[in-house]
Amino acid sequence: MIRIIAILVGLGFAVVALVSFGVGAYTAATDDAPDTHLPYKHPQDVNYSFDGPFGTWDYGQLQRGYKVYKEVCSACHSLKFVAFRNLGELGYTEAQVKAEAATWTVPGIDPNTGEASTRPGEPTDYFPKPYPNNVAAAAANNNAIPPDLSLMTKAREDGTNYVASLLVGYQPPSEELLEEHPEAAPGPGLYHNVYFPNMNLAMAPPLTSNGQVTYDDGTEATIGQMATDVAAFLTWTAEPTLVKRKQTGWPVLVFLLFATILAWFSKTQIWSAVKPKKTKA
Amino acid sequence: MSFPWAKQYEPSNGLTKFLDEKLPVPRLVYNAVGAGYPVPRNLNYMWNFGVLAGFFLVLQIVTGVVLAMHYAANASVAFATTEHIMRDINWGWLMRYAHANGASFFFVVVYIHIFRGFYYSSYKAPREMIWLLGVTIFLLMMATAFMGYVLPWGQMSFWGAKVITGLFSAIPLVGEPIQVWLLGGFAPDNAALNRFFSLHFLLPFVIMGVVIMHIWALHIPGSSNPTGVEVKSESDTVPFHPYYTAKDGFGLGIILLIFFTFVFFLPNVLGHPDNYIEANPLSTPAHIVPEWYFYPFYAILRAFTFDFILPAKLWGVLAMFSAILLWFFLPWLDKSPVRSGHYRPLFRKFFWFGLIPCMALLFYLGGAPAEEPYVMLSQIATAYYFIHFLVIIPIVSQIEKPEPLPYSITEAVLGSDKKAVLGENTQPAV
Repeated sequence: MIRIIAILVGLGFAVVALVSFGVGAYTAATDDAPDTHLPYKHPQDVNYSFDGPFGTWDYGQLQRGYKVYKEVCSACHSLKFVAFRNLGELGYTEAQVKAEAATWTVPGIDPNTGEASTRPGEPTDYFPKPYPNNVAAAAANNNAIPPDLSLMTKAREDGTNYVASLLVGYQPPSEELLEEHPEAAPGPGLYHNVYFPNMNLAMAPPLTSNGQVTYDDGTEATIGQMATDVAAFLTWTAEPTLVKRKQTGWPVLVFLLFATILAWFSKTQIWSAVKPKKTKA
Repeated sequence: MSFPWAKQYEPSNGLTKFLDEKLPVPRLVYNAVGAGYPVPRNLNYMWNFGVLAGFFLVLQIVTGVVLAMHYAANASVAFATTEHIMRDINWGWLMRYAHANGASFFFVVVYIHIFRGFYYSSYKAPREMIWLLGVTIFLLMMATAFMGYVLPWGQMSFWGAKVITGLFSAIPLVGEPIQVWLLGGFAPDNAALNRFFSLHFLLPFVIMGVVIMHIWALHIPGSSNPTGVEVKSESDTVPFHPYYTAKDGFGLGIILLIFFTFVFFLPNVLGHPDNYIEANPLSTPAHIVPEWYFYPFYAILRAFTFDFILPAKLWGVLAMFSAILLWFFLPWLDKSPVRSGHYRPLFRKFFWFGLIPCMALLFYLGGAPAEEPYVMLSQIATAYYFIHFLVIIPIVSQIEKPEPLPYSITEAVLGSDKKAVLGENTQPAV
């Protein structure tokens, strides 16, 4: 009895699923809706020092990237999960961190009146937000709120490469693209970018000329160089423990490999008494 | 409860004698996972996964309790406290990555454990109760994992909670009030986050309780084995300790090597990047997908796209829940007297060329976008899924002619003269 009920229930679900299939197949066959997928590009692969299982930070690159963030990105984008004290991890000395923090202006309280005011940053402060609130951020940016960048490289597929590619991906839409996808034309206040999923975004090209940022270490600040440097810096902000994580992994795996080999030998040793001996038939 | 030749616990010194008299915990352990539990000698590595699942349950509880010390279940700070764990807590990143990937590995080993059960028909008499408890554990795991994924309060947390609780709105008449009641509001917010945290902390201990019953029920008939022939004599078994503790120890080493490769080198590949964006009720992600271990059932949910008498959404919800609940009935659907797929030619073909490709396809399609050809493929796979369990298994068990079984486990291991093999012993000895 239970099996007859089961067969009926099973056939029931199968038939309904197949009816859905039939309707879907019929629609797909008769309806020639245009392809709505925009042909945006996947990010270009760049080699970074922190790639791979033995990756390490390139402090020079992180410091350059920090400078790009400070002089370009920070005008609109916050970095709310990072504190100035964290800059010590980029190879700055304690005095340098203190001096660097003091170059930023953070919200404070006037000690005499209790009124809201501003003061120079200290190492314990977090990076200040460029806008007082989301309404102000949207009003200043064509209704798009510039996202916080702390976790950006983890919050996008292939994030580090995505950030670097997006920053160099601004170009006018090609003729062929507009012919096939008229909707890919940038609307008012939008900018065309081949790496952005809907191909138009509200962020104006932030890196516009070589030498826009003056690097302290003499590296030539081409647009591509600035883009990869800031992508490296944002990889660090997204996961400051990335290199420590990889470096911790190796001893753990080596220990486990050793323990597993020992476990294998003890297993064969213990089982040797009851395993049938291989004899010639 | 055990075989008559099982070794007896003998307290050796004053302390163990004292304990054995007052509270015989050492005896319990000895009989449960020690030398006092005789186990078939022919278990293959597929039988490691129960112990491995137990390991990952404990790992999840330990890492989870530590994470709960630093996490705050409040919608305004949950995302920030998760980042606080990742950045400021000593080894917090290790705890969180171990917990997130530990959930995935818990499901990996449990899926293998369940499919071991399918292939060797471990659910058959006298082990029905073990199977029923096992399916219950799986359902509890799914509830726990779903609520755990909401806690970091990222975009996928929020929208996943919205979609999954939205399933209840498919119930006619009372659906909408039920959804509001479950969430404590009209959309996931602080009330939902708080109750999910509370339940996410509670349910693992409920799982632990059901696991204890699962093992208790297992010890009554004893473990099954790859031949499906029941234990007949002492030569068919070996004591659990040291034989299977040693074998499980090796298996644990292998799975930990893979697990820690993920934790230290690929910690985010099993997750979704959108969950590193803070929850935003005003911005819907392009593709809302659950965690990978829910993909097959999510694919079944989305396969129903046509209002056939009932609304498509209700069909999808019914099918998704039925897809798991039908496992409860397997012991009574599969009437073949032979357990092991080794000796069931037709059953074996449907397993390897039907169920396994079907599940692989559903795993893939659950994560694919809801567009053609993925939807059509998931409809075919869904139809096969239900036909496999509810039509093919009952019919095959009726018409199939099993291959000859070995006389005993000892014979299967050591081999024997042909006469014994040719004996008409197709009925398993009970």
